[in-house]
Amino acid sequence: MPFMAVNDFFSILPAAVIALFGCALLLMRFEGGRVYPMFVVVGEVLAGVGLWRQADYVGLVGFQGSILVDRFGIFFNSVCLAAAVMAAIGAYRYLKGKDEDHPEFYALILFAQSGMYLMVSGTELMTVFIGLEITAISFYALTGFLRVEARSNEAALKYLLLGAFSSALLLYGFSVLYGLTGSTRYLTITSMLANRLPNDPLILLAIVPIVLGLLFKVAAAPLHMWAPDAYEGAPTPVTAYLATASKVAAFGLLMRLLLGPLHEFRPSWEAIVGVAAIASLTIGNVAAITQSSARRMLAYSSVGHAGYILLGLVAGNQAGIEAMLVYLLVYTLMTTGAFLVLAAMEREGVDDFRGMLYTHPGAAMLMIVFLVSLAGLPPTAGFMAKYTIFLALIEARQHWYAIVGALYVAVSLYYYFRMVREMTRTPEDGAVGVEMSTGWRAAVGTAAILTLGLGLNPEPVFAWARSALK
Amino acid sequence: MTMLLAIAIVGALAVLLAPRRFAWALGMIATAAVLGEAIVLATGDLPLTERQVWIPSIGAQLLWHLDGISLLFVLLTALMSLLGIAASPGMPRLFYAMLLMLEAGCLGVFLAQDLLLFFICFEAVLIPMYFLIGIWGAEQRRYAAFKFFLYTAVGSVSLLVGIMALYLQSGLRTFELPVLLTASLPLGTERLIFWALFLGFAIKIPMFPFHTWLPDAHTQAPTAGSVMLAAVMLKMGTYGFLRISLPLLPKASIDASIVQALGGLSLVAILYGAMVCLAQKDWKRLIAYSSVSHLGFCTLGLFSLNSTGIAGSVIQQLNHGISTGLLFLLAGFAYERRHTRTIAEYGGLGKPMPGFALVFGLAMLSSIGVPLLNGFVGEFTILRGAYLARPWWAAVAVVGIVLSAAYMLALYRYTMLGPITHEENRNLPDLSLREWAIAAPLMAWAVWIGVRPDWYFHLVEGPVEQIMGRLRP
Repeated sequence: MPFMAVNDFFSILPAAVIALFGCALLLMRFEGGRVYPMFVVVGEVLAGVGLWRQADYVGLVGFQGSILVDRFGIFFNSVCLAAAVMAAIGAYRYLKGKDEDHPEFYALILFAQSGMYLMVSGTELMTVFIGLEITAISFYALTGFLRVEARSNEAALKYLLLGAFSSALLLYGFSVLYGLTGSTRYLTITSMLANRLPNDPLILLAIVPIVLGLLFKVAAAPLHMWAPDAYEGAPTPVTAYLATASKVAAFGLLMRLLLGPLHEFRPSWEAIVGVAAIASLTIGNVAAITQSSARRMLAYSSVGHAGYILLGLVAGNQAGIEAMLVYLLVYTLMTTGAFLVLAAMEREGVDDFRGMLYTHPGAAMLMIVFLVSLAGLPPTAGFMAKYTIFLALIEARQHWYAIVGALYVAVSLYYYFRMVREMTRTPEDGAVGVEMSTGWRAAVGTAAILTLGLGLNPEPVFAWARSALK
Repeated sequence: MTMLLAIAIVGALAVLLAPRRFAWALGMIATAAVLGEAIVLATGDLPLTERQVWIPSIGAQLLWHLDGISLLFVLLTALMSLLGIAASPGMPRLFYAMLLMLEAGCLGVFLAQDLLLFFICFEAVLIPMYFLIGIWGAEQRRYAAFKFFLYTAVGSVSLLVGIMALYLQSGLRTFELPVLLTASLPLGTERLIFWALFLGFAIKIPMFPFHTWLPDAHTQAPTAGSVMLAAVMLKMGTYGFLRISLPLLPKASIDASIVQALGGLSLVAILYGAMVCLAQKDWKRLIAYSSVSHLGFCTLGLFSLNSTGIAGSVIQQLNHGISTGLLFLLAGFAYERRHTRTIAEYGGLGKPMPGFALVFGLAMLSSIGVPLLNGFVGEFTILRGAYLARPWWAAVAVVGIVLSAAYMLALYRYTMLGPITHEENRNLPDLSLREWAIAAPLMAWAVWIGVRPDWYFHLVEGPVEQIMGRLRP
């Protein structure tokens, strides 16, 4: 028997390509550093082709049921891929400015992404856990990448300590699940759990740590404490990546577990998810109001967005799950875009946006598009995403959740438009400088166009999300 | 009809991309083209419908519909945008682009026959307006813009909830207005949805307790912004009542408690708005409060729930657009000369600026509602409708007309008549040719409606009859 069959290899092809490119990057050393992001883009294009080819082999299983190729995984991996490309492109000028222009940075981005691949495509507990750890360790290093900045180191340490805690929690949950079923494969687990009652206390013992561990990863309240610090201390392109791709992958894993083997046990996890959703909405949106650092504000707002996405799980119907996918895609576009605008700016306080509409109209207008979309106003994609979530909630007769969610939209308008308001003020001396590379313009511009375009015609995303759930 | 929106949006992009010195000319060309297209549509056959696939997943489509009522508002929007741009030469490109986006949004609201599309257009006007006020407004522009934005956005959330409830409760899973008309909901549900929609529309109009954003926004906005806000955007609320609340929720609309509440609020708005006007020291603020009063007439006409009242309300909305638009334009012209809005700073303007005084006199008389001018036609019809519904409504509303004469004539006296109290005012130049060209179409329109209103009544007759058909039990 060969070491690795063709279908095994094919099932992890995109991750393997990315990891190999990452290893190659570690060996590189070029003057100028412009080569690294280009190399990343080449790798991502190849990985993208791999994902695209996988669509013809839906249902393929690799490594005796550890990896499953399906449209769900392809959807999530594509979103993570987009976030990685944007982070890599956006990082070039930023790292150059900080004089930390090392190939390892790009390698870590790729390694993190290969971990995410295992998280969302894995159908076996150990595989997904290894994927999750690869991602997490890459992110610890990325967060502390600015070695000379105390803030970056502090953020990395906080993230590492709390992250290790959550990983342990998750692993504990997995081990209980293994103890109950004698298997780590989702399929076997599902069949072994089939004759248990939905509110079996033993299952609860597995579900609570698993869900809590993953809520930590998606930065949902009350396990969001690390997020504002990590998001603020990390290099801004890493924040863009951490706030989107990492969250998306963790949601992929959460959904695969809760809607797969643990779907029958909805009564056990419904309450945790519901409480976390409302807590995230409340803490995220209320705490964002008073922030003076734009990055912290966006960090809290991303906690709020995690709440909106969890609401889709609360609704739990087909429309709700579809809405989650739509939301995750849209969220990735607009959040990466917003953080990359911050990455291009010298300083990142809310006040530093003062007069930006006059001094840097291009960057200001891009930011306005993202902010309007984050606030969920038409005609942007953010509106469509929130709209589908609310619609699903009302369909599932969860009216109260919908009303609370809608109220927080009004709250969020206040803090997002604080920035816009600053932009319209007359600029002062020493207005903040904005450095944009060509690649940055292309990446952020594309994100802004998609944010607007998908708001005007969201049908392609809806159709894609629907096909991902077949 | 898609052409109308397309011209405005392409115009906005063109203005942004073109060199700055062409921006004003391009803006004028784009808005003139929209107006031309609107006039072509007006001379063609009505009603017109256009339908395109949009988001089949959730049952939304691009459905545009032009009937008599829409046509009047489309003409008003197109004309006001053109005049607004004409009145503000030499502004940055973004300014004209925002005005054109605003125009596109307003046209979309008046043409959309699909609720989601309506909502998106309804919201899309917020952002351009926010920037028009926030960037190019007067001293307190950021405060006013923020207040305007938050107020209306909160109203929109409520409106969205109402629209989603309609979508789901009807069980039809469509946003198409004509299809939704076939649904029948229980009275309790209709009532809840009515109040949700009410909050969205009432803030936009604005009706009495929700009007506090309006004086700030109007006062601080640049001339073109004030004109668009007063002449067009306020009508989006009343139009929403007319198009969505009344026909889709007929049981709630004829429900006695709701009719009484809305009639009462309208009367309060008429009287309160007029009385506040009497105490204003700021020229634009006075006109802003007079809008509250006049829009009170419009909602009173709507909730008279008879064809006379509704037709009168539609005509009066058009009239208010014409007369208040003209008043704001004139206030803008005066501001450009003296850079103050305080009424006490003016006085005796009739001597240095006889032309200005003449135009302002006409605008004032049209706003009061003097016979042979447009205001009279609308207000008289509304009063007749209100009398048919509840005689005491008409009796109270008449007081509003008397008050409007009082504050408007007082404004005219303090600014135009009497001796010149400030030396700076002695040598003010009279209206330039461009300013005459801006005022002339509005004056002509005001006189046309005042003298020959039959074409307008004929236009709205059919659509109003359709709405009445839904309201009769």
